[in-house]
Amino acid sequence: MSETLQSLKEIVGERGVSNRPEELWFYSRDPGVLDPHLPDYVVAPKTTEEIQKIVQLANREKIPIVPMGNGMALTGLVIPLKGGIVMDMKRMSRIIEVNEMARYAVVEGGTSQGVLAAYLQDHHPRLRHSLPDAPPTTTIAANVSLHGQGRLTQQYGFNSDMVTGMEVVLPTGEVCKIGSPSLGPYWFSKGPTLPDLSGLFLGWLGATGIITKVGLKLFPNKKFRDAELFVTDRVNLVPDILYKLTHLEMLEDINVWFQPKPYIFKDNYHITIYFTGDTEEEVEFKRRMIWDCLQEFMDSKDAGFMNTQYMKEMLLEMPQRGIAAFADVPRGGGFEYSGPITIIEHYPQYAANVIRLAEKYDLLYASAARLISGGHSMMFSISFAFNRADPAMMKRVKDALDEATAFVLEMGGVPWKPNYVEQRMTMEKMDPVSRNLLQMVKKNLDPNGIMNPGNWEVN
Amino acid sequence: MEYVRSIEHGDIVHRCFRCGYCKFPLDYVDFNCPSYKAFGWDTYAPGGRMWLARAWLSGEIESSQTLAKVFFSCVSCDNCKDQCVFERFREYLPDIFREVKAELVSEGVVPPEVRDYFKAIITNGNPYKLPREERGTWAEGTGLKEFRNQEYLFYVGCVGSYDEIGRKMARSVGTLLSQAGVSMGILGSEETCDGNEVRILGEVGLFEELARINIETFKERGITRIITLDPHALNAFKREYPKQGAAIEVFHYTEMLAKLIREGKIALAEYPATVTYHDPCYLGRHNGIYDAPRDILRAVPGLELVELRRNRQFAFCCGGGGGNFFTDILGTGEDSASRVRVREALQTGASVIAVACPTCAKMLDDAVKIEGMDDRLEVLSIAEIVSRAQVR
Repeated sequence: MSETLQSLKEIVGERGVSNRPEELWFYSRDPGVLDPHLPDYVVAPKTTEEIQKIVQLANREKIPIVPMGNGMALTGLVIPLKGGIVMDMKRMSRIIEVNEMARYAVVEGGTSQGVLAAYLQDHHPRLRHSLPDAPPTTTIAANVSLHGQGRLTQQYGFNSDMVTGMEVVLPTGEVCKIGSPSLGPYWFSKGPTLPDLSGLFLGWLGATGIITKVGLKLFPNKKFRDAELFVTDRVNLVPDILYKLTHLEMLEDINVWFQPKPYIFKDNYHITIYFTGDTEEEVEFKRRMIWDCLQEFMDSKDAGFMNTQYMKEMLLEMPQRGIAAFADVPRGGGFEYSGPITIIEHYPQYAANVIRLAEKYDLLYASAARLISGGHSMMFSISFAFNRADPAMMKRVKDALDEATAFVLEMGGVPWKPNYVEQRMTMEKMDPVSRNLLQMVKKNLDPNGIMNPGNWEVN
Repeated sequence: MEYVRSIEHGDIVHRCFRCGYCKFPLDYVDFNCPSYKAFGWDTYAPGGRMWLARAWLSGEIESSQTLAKVFFSCVSCDNCKDQCVFERFREYLPDIFREVKAELVSEGVVPPEVRDYFKAIITNGNPYKLPREERGTWAEGTGLKEFRNQEYLFYVGCVGSYDEIGRKMARSVGTLLSQAGVSMGILGSEETCDGNEVRILGEVGLFEELARINIETFKERGITRIITLDPHALNAFKREYPKQGAAIEVFHYTEMLAKLIREGKIALAEYPATVTYHDPCYLGRHNGIYDAPRDILRAVPGLELVELRRNRQFAFCCGGGGGNFFTDILGTGEDSASRVRVREALQTGASVIAVACPTCAKMLDDAVKIEGMDDRLEVLSIAEIVSRAQVR
């Protein structure tokens, strides 16, 4: 047995480490289109102390570590590009505290989105968190570390904006508290009024440390939720429609989606408008406001509300299970998407590009955009399904997404959870001083380059 | 000669996205896959199995004891089948896992505990390695007679015949039903293992032989209606035996008890207790019987039925299915299904966990002891609860 394996067993026990071919094979890949790369070990710690010891060992021996939640980013962020240790965080899943009055929760990093949502429903039904539409197995720390979004992003920003404090194991093994928990027992602020150190970790995709605990803002859970579906075939009108909707300042979430299948959805742009209330009167008032603000588009016969009765249950589901089911449309078990962040006025160009790429690469597409922070920006997903048994199709998806990223950068957008190739493209485009600052942060925090190497590497 | 692996549904294994919905119940309150909960590696989740199955079929990974452990630790609870979001192939998930196990059995790569289980069934006719003559001794003193053209056969299965808790449950059920006037007989030492777990564990040939013997006995003795003690036997008889030519009507004992209570043939007195009910996978998810056990409990005056957080279609397995009751591959660690389940039961405020399956009864009873809850939580079969409440 290797010394490293023996040391890992001493830290996490026999059941917490594996170098068996089955685990190495599985943890060498994610469900996306990037090639796998074998790790040397997979570990599954249960405590911050165990993680600290593993990181100290890895830093001493210069062994790469790749933290992993459920691996559903789809862009290869948990593929151990340089081998080493994949750290499955899902056994660190305790919900430590909910402060009902201050509306925050403190959870261990491997806590899944689904479990937190169910816990709040059971124990704090007045509160909710911003649940992503990713599968419920995805974890809180992974979501914030890649600037994920969720159901409340339209109102309150990226889910990473909702962080209220963190505990992080630094690449050199120190355990560091970020924000108000560095001063006392309360987890209500990740930064302000201190210098906001959370930016050293959020968005870094695990390349600067391992997030072991997260404080997360919770929000009022209204008694009623409803949705309206506004449809137009005039893509150029979409930005104006969204502008008018966000002017209301009263909507839970706004998603814009288009897809060629089933046929009923072809050639139309669908805007799902979610709203909530504590009384039926409040909900009806908001509905009326929504209808009023979009009246002009109906008068000009350019758009209209679609009857949603038959699909209401699906629209209101959280998370929407149908999103994962897109992977089986070509009966092939896969899809991958690029989700750049852009400004709303670019929606028509992005939409045209999706259709162009799908035609060029002969792929099935779907796109769902989500508004961020009342319309200051949007996440625009460019999603292609593939058949996992068809390597040529997977290659076409990869090429199409690379081309999509090039388009995004040309348009001044920002790639979301970019894979290592897209990170490289992004850094090439980046202002050199900004790029140097990134490099400075990475080098200083991770002098031996052990944290998720291959990601956010300038050289 | 190179061994070429193949399974019937090999052409669809690539369609798993490994999104993980299959690990949860519908409301995501906790992981609902017992082997994933116990081992904590994604390889032990349904998605992990699907991806490993594909890698194994394509030769990317080899047959090994670890791979065998991954597949044979599946408890066949069917939660993944219900929760997978891919409607066009989710129903095949349990088939795929069973087919991989069958192929591993053919290759001779099975965990030692599974090998010993098969061996015991082959040599002794039961997994307990006990003499066949002892199979009917549970019925001594109950007054139950050998089957001779009565309306029903009361089939108790291996756990009901040999395990102490199972035998107690068999006695309670047998006595209750016969006292209520149900015309039924037993096979005693002539009873043969139903083979449900043998089939799930992939020993197809042995299962077919057990089914053949049982069906022949049923035909020879003129048995057409069967009441089973064990939901696992119910499943084999109801879902698999007809494919082998059996023409039988099968009922679980809770269905019979519920009917007898409804018809006023069992009178019930006050039994003041707070009781929670654990749905057995082979009664609930596999065969859709959720109401009969609850109807019985609700009919008991003074009994308060409180539901477990995960119940009915979303119930968490006791961890004993898929042969794990005998092979114990899941083990008894803190995150083993039975221990998780009794902790969940305690949270309901109940003092009794009602069970309708001898396997669940034993699994949960052991877990209560390991967790040190003996003074707060009692595991009782529904028949025992009815017996205690019965007007005499």
